[in-house]
Amino acid sequence: MRMSKVVRTAADILFPFVLIFGFYIVVHGHLTPGGGFQGGAVIATAIVLLIAAYGYDAIARRITKDALRNTEALGLIAFIATALVALALGAGFFYNWLAGTGLLFGMPVGFGPNPGDLNTGGTIPLMNLAVGIEVLGALSLIVLYMLSGTQEAA
Amino acid sequence: MKRVIMAATVAVLLAGFLAPVIGLDFGEPAYTDMDEYFVQHGQEQTGGNNIVTDVVFDFRGFDTLGEATVLFVAVLGVGLVFRTLRGGET
Repeated sequence: MRMSKVVRTAADILFPFVLIFGFYIVVHGHLTPGGGFQGGAVIATAIVLLIAAYGYDAIARRITKDALRNTEALGLIAFIATALVALALGAGFFYNWLAGTGLLFGMPVGFGPNPGDLNTGGTIPLMNLAVGIEVLGALSLIVLYMLSGTQEAA
Repeated sequence: MKRVIMAATVAVLLAGFLAPVIGLDFGEPAYTDMDEYFVQHGQEQTGGNNIVTDVVFDFRGFDTLGEATVLFVAVLGVGLVFRTLRGGET
C-alpha cells in the first residue's frame, strides 16, 4: 500500500539527508554526542520512511531480509573482531590497539579540552562503525519482519 | 479487596524506596570518585576525546558487546514470532 505522490516525493527528497545525518552521527561518535547505536537508529529510520511512503512490497523487493540479516551479522562480527585483534597483539580483550600508532584513526589525542580531530580515537571509531552497521541492520530487520507478519504486507 | 491490598502494598513499597531519595540535592551524589577519574584520565588512557564514548567503547567494552548481542537475539526472536504468523515467510 503506497501513499500519495506528495508523501513519496517528500520521502525521496528527505531520504539522502537522513542517511547522511545518520552516517555523520556514526562517524563522529568519538567527537560529538551520539555513536553507533544512535546513528544506526537514524539510518534505520530512513529505511522505515521509505517503507511508510512506498509500502512494504515495493521496498522488501529491493532491500531484502537476507541482505539485512547479513549486514547485522557482519556488524557484530566486525565488532568482536576489532576486540579480538587486541588479543592477537598480546594485550587485553578490548584494548585500544590503534590509538597513538599513527595509522587510520591513530593520531595521538591532545590532552585537555580541544576541538577534536576525526583522525583520533583508535579502535573507538571502528567499533562505532561496526555497531552502527549492526544497529541499522537489526532495527530495519525488525520492522520488515513485523510488517511481513501483519495484514499490511498482504 | 485483593486489588486494594495489592495497590496498598505497591504504594508502601514505592514510598519506602523513594523516601531516601527525596532529601538529596540535585547534582550532588554522595560519591563522585569514578566521575572524577574518568574525566581526568579518560583521554590519556583511551585516546578518545568524547568521554562518554570512551566509557561505552573502552572502559565498558564488555557491556557494549552484551548490548549488541542482546539486539541480535532480539531480532532473532522477532523473526521467529512473526515468521509463522502468516504463511511462514522467511
